[in-house]
Amino acid sequence: MSMVILKPGMLSTFQDLGRIGQQHLGVSVAGAMDLRAHQLANLLVGNDPELATLEITLTGPTIRFTKPCCLALCGADLSATLNGQPLALNRPIVVRAKDELRFGVRQHGTRAYLAVHGGFALTPVLGSTSTYLRSAMGGWQGRALRRDDEIPLLRPLKNKALEELAMDLWSFKIYLPGALAESHQSVVRLIKGQQWDEFTPESCAALLTESYRISPDSERMGYRLQGAPLLMTTPRQMISEGTTFGTLQVPAGGQPIILMADRQTTGGYPKMAYVASIDLPRLAQMGPGDRVSFKAISLELAQALDLFRAQAFATLAQTLQPVRTLLHNH
Amino acid sequence: MIVPTFTLRHLGDHCLSLDFGDTILVETGLICLAVAEKIRHACLPGVTDVVPSYTSVAVHYHAEPLTGLPNFQALSEGLAALIKSGLAPATHAQRTIDIPVCYGGEHGPDLTDVAKITGLTEQQVVQMHSAPGSMVFMLGFAPGHPYIGIHDPLFALPRRDVPRTVVPAGSVAIANRQSTIYPTRLPGGWHILGATPLKLFDLARPQPTLLLPGDQIRFIPISPEEFDRLAAKQNQVSS
Repeated sequence: MSMVILKPGMLSTFQDLGRIGQQHLGVSVAGAMDLRAHQLANLLVGNDPELATLEITLTGPTIRFTKPCCLALCGADLSATLNGQPLALNRPIVVRAKDELRFGVRQHGTRAYLAVHGGFALTPVLGSTSTYLRSAMGGWQGRALRRDDEIPLLRPLKNKALEELAMDLWSFKIYLPGALAESHQSVVRLIKGQQWDEFTPESCAALLTESYRISPDSERMGYRLQGAPLLMTTPRQMISEGTTFGTLQVPAGGQPIILMADRQTTGGYPKMAYVASIDLPRLAQMGPGDRVSFKAISLELAQALDLFRAQAFATLAQTLQPVRTLLHNH
Repeated sequence: MIVPTFTLRHLGDHCLSLDFGDTILVETGLICLAVAEKIRHACLPGVTDVVPSYTSVAVHYHAEPLTGLPNFQALSEGLAALIKSGLAPATHAQRTIDIPVCYGGEHGPDLTDVAKITGLTEQQVVQMHSAPGSMVFMLGFAPGHPYIGIHDPLFALPRRDVPRTVVPAGSVAIANRQSTIYPTRLPGGWHILGATPLKLFDLARPQPTLLLPGDQIRFIPISPEEFDRLAAKQNQVSS
């Protein structure tokens, strides 16, 4: 075994890019809430983005490594330490057998992502290693990590020439372009949906000018928002249809819900708007009690911004090719 | 070949919806299924999920970093061309699935209420519910959770005022002229007429969902004894 869980933390689950191609069977996509941080962590340890990372929520776990490996931690700053020393975020780090990774006080963000070179030994379910808790599916035995779990790593490092590798990796300069960096803003951009005009002018104005509080029962399935109510001019029943990551739907009470990674595949509430994919990571790093405000952008701009980030990832992957080669040749 | 009329709209920057009507009808449902099948077979680059529902088909997609394609504009044009090339006339799928249901009693706590509301006897409710002609329109809400319809207008009951926090797995329930079967223990506000011992979702099977959109459904009334016998058999199969 290569990774022992001494303390599980509040909610630590393995997530990948999601269970793709199964929604017509009612199977939720799941996957990382902050796909930006997930992909970045994988890139930094020479992995493909499809591999699972450990999504760590607010209160982190305590992990002992029993074999050397290369890890990267991205996303929320939860005061991670390795053997008591502060651990740098957003870069590849070599850990040795018996090293202990701990987390402390939340500095900012809600979810941290831990990637290890070569990935964790998990069994895919319907093509994905993402944990979907409601169906006890995927990840590690379909559940969040518990104390004394032992997770094998697929490609631990060899002890031979470990120090040289650590030095080589440490001396490698990594610049994160703005499109890939962690954001501390609380403005989330959204695209108006077809039913936008069915809401009262006051409701439309409120959504774009007031701030909304993320309620305590917000989680991986959806964020419930509290604030000025959003009301339809003539309320009507909707026919159930497909839903997306970032759908802003409005149940009868007028308090909106934004559907997140573990959303149901179909839904029948009125849908006022859709969060632009570029800002889903920002939203995923906000948590209960945080206040969020919204700004409307066009679909074209949303797609351009999303593409810009994807291209920044492709460029970074090229820049990091030497890191990948170092790790693969070790 | 038929060419259905449709409208197109975005559902955010990673999904679009093709809409074929605004009323739940078998004909519209069949068109949605045929379109979904056609899109799936076309294997369009960047398309990740094709999700048919009552009156629409959601197409989820992901752009390639190099080209930025597909985007909303390009995919809309591609899908419009695909649909305009025509669909095989929509017919009911070949599959008919028998669902044994033990109506009433502990398995169907709402049968009596439904009989009262509809002014039918319990027997008549069972007879009407198990009449042939039901189809799976879509799966959603939970893995393997079917939406089956469209029942007689007498079954146009709104959901219960107070939803149950726990509905047992296998419960067969109605609301708004539709039936569903709960694949696992879930919260739910539909009226429970009975329960089936069949497993709606089982990862041990090559095709984990018992039902697929387009399946014809035959509800077959069974006795509590038969329910117990079939349930025991189901458990043997899966263990």
